[in-house]
Amino acid sequence: MTPRTLSEKVWERHVVRRAEGEPDLLYVDLHLVHEVTSPQAFEALRLAGRRVRRPDLVLATADHNVPTSAATPADEISSRQLEAMTGNAREFGLTLFPMGSPGQGIVHVISPQLGMTLPGMTIVCGDSHTSTHGAFGALAFGIGTSEVEHVLATQTLWQRRPGTMAVTVEGDLARGVWAKDVILGIIARIGVSGGVGTVVEYRGSTIRALSMEGRMTVCNMSIEAGARAGMVAPDDVTYRYVEGRPRAPTGADWERALDEWRALATDDGARFDREVRVDARELRPYVSWGTNPAQTVTIDDAVPDPDAFDDPSRREAAARALRYMDLRPGMPVRDIAVDAVFLGSCTNARLEDLRVAAEVVRGRRVKRGIRALVVPGSMLVKAQAEREGLDRAFREAGFEWRDAGCSMCLGMNPDVLRPGERCASTSNRNFEGRQGPGGRTHLVSPAVAAATAIAGHFALPDEL
Amino acid sequence: MKPVRRVAGRVVPLDRENVDTDQIIPAHWLKRVERTGYAPGLFEAWRRDPSFVLNDARYAGAAILVAGPNFGSGSSREHAVWALQESGFSAVVSSRLADIFRSNALKNGLLAVEVAPDVARRLMDAATREPSTEVAIDVAARTVDAPGLHATFALDDHARRRLLEGLDDIALTLRHEADIAAHERSRPRWLPRAPRPGTADAVPSGERRRGGA
Ligand code: SF4
Repeated sequence: MTPRTLSEKVWERHVVRRAEGEPDLLYVDLHLVHEVTSPQAFEALRLAGRRVRRPDLVLATADHNVPTSAATPADEISSRQLEAMTGNAREFGLTLFPMGSPGQGIVHVISPQLGMTLPGMTIVCGDSHTSTHGAFGALAFGIGTSEVEHVLATQTLWQRRPGTMAVTVEGDLARGVWAKDVILGIIARIGVSGGVGTVVEYRGSTIRALSMEGRMTVCNMSIEAGARAGMVAPDDVTYRYVEGRPRAPTGADWERALDEWRALATDDGARFDREVRVDARELRPYVSWGTNPAQTVTIDDAVPDPDAFDDPSRREAAARALRYMDLRPGMPVRDIAVDAVFLGSCTNARLEDLRVAAEVVRGRRVKRGIRALVVPGSMLVKAQAEREGLDRAFREAGFEWRDAGCSMCLGMNPDVLRPGERCASTSNRNFEGRQGPGGRTHLVSPAVAAATAIAGHFALPDEL
Repeated sequence: MKPVRRVAGRVVPLDRENVDTDQIIPAHWLKRVERTGYAPGLFEAWRRDPSFVLNDARYAGAAILVAGPNFGSGSSREHAVWALQESGFSAVVSSRLADIFRSNALKNGLLAVEVAPDVARRLMDAATREPSTEVAIDVAARTVDAPGLHATFALDDHARRRLLEGLDDIALTLRHEADIAAHERSRPRWLPRAPRPGTADAVPSGERRRGGA
């Protein structure tokens, strides 16, 4: 048999129907649902008198639009959306973790915690960062609301087979360089459309050495390179993470599952449509300076000069980004002062992220005048962090300690930047206005975010 | 979905690359539960600039948006498509469209067309020079026509037929019920199912320390 890649194997196992000249009809093993991209889909089902085919393969939560503090309740329109999610879950018989429930959290954080995200599965969600689940060797990608409706009704999707791309990272990461820096470094190299039309498989010793949390951070941002999905082949790190989680297989089923999962890895000699190699020793902590995630430099660099770009449209985009970000070319990154620090999002709000950041801020104080927020990715992460005393380290340093949700990752709930405010953020998108109209976002790792909150400008923990 | 056979009209040239969905429709518009009401949010931030191309009265009523490469990148929000359609656009042309945006567009009958970079450039320049330039896009023939320009674009047969006939995707898929059921029978039984709310394992007892938790 011809050697195949990980993504091709998972794809093939889920083809329900294949016909000449048509996309494949793929079966969906898990459909994650949240309040923002689903109400119109449920309404359409209702109008057509359709039911949800497999309620047992749907997991719903409220995350994007929830307030994360009692001090800032949801507005009227948001409340209606949250109520619609609850009503739809009840009407169609779905499992929902609503606001206030101990299982609630960002959709991409709660599913792996529950053991609902497993190797070899197909997972979709009306959310582009569904690519996160690829860290387990699942084929996971974002879909639009029409497709949400289609999956609810049929548990399948029409999909054209994507291309394949390998990004191989080899070598040890230097001290202070984290998974977030690995993916920012990759995107800085391949660009925001470097992965369009493909599923990226992350390979190499650097990726293998990452924890599941780190792999989720990497896969999460695949979409920022335009890729359909990102994947890492499952290995012992994966199995150790999954084993014993509430919905993971047990006993003889566990052994059967392991056999299947071990066969998923890309075969020797399999060909990728595109291959990129990155030397881990070249990676440093990164800080984005512009308005897309490829507009990124290392913390040791300076803000680039648009005139240094050969390509005219790049040059113009850089000039526009600098105007929006209110930055001068040549300014050292470490001299950029921030107004806010956001530690959160499906990229970097898992326990490991909070531990790293808490270690940095423990016994120190957030620089005067800086608004600093920690928003755990799920209520479970929050509870465990509190058992470990991380909340105390954050609070004593002057951080706000919030409930779980997307919070300041996107400007749709009460947590927004004010126009002109500059934020060091552990999230994944620095688009114009992403964290609120007129807000300025710099993407960084949790370690850099924490150190920046203390120093008041971009900094590394070792420099405090 | 209504059938889409041909789109003809004037063109708005949006000469920027990587136009992301947060620009097309900012997140705070996504609080709504309706499918309509998004036109006022289209390019909300950029429209505050009087010189932004969509504020140029000469382009009022245009049916086609021509944009730089990688249009629609970022989030999966279908609201971006709804906002464009509600604002009178029937087609978006670019040398490269983001995957999810393109799929969302075609599902809603917004003709999302990828043309060669030089074709996109010529359309952009023509519409910039002469705002009254008329462009026609034909779905059946897979062609784009403008004064002095004739080009083709790729659109697979499947997507083309759905546009031309305005087919209901779900009804079509349900014709393959037997295939879906057969696949379901072959799935390993250990694959996870959502916990029923209120059951003991609906919530794991806690994040574990082991393995980095
Ligand atoms: S945390 Fe941000 S990126 Fe993640 S699902 Fe929420 S809004 Fe999307």
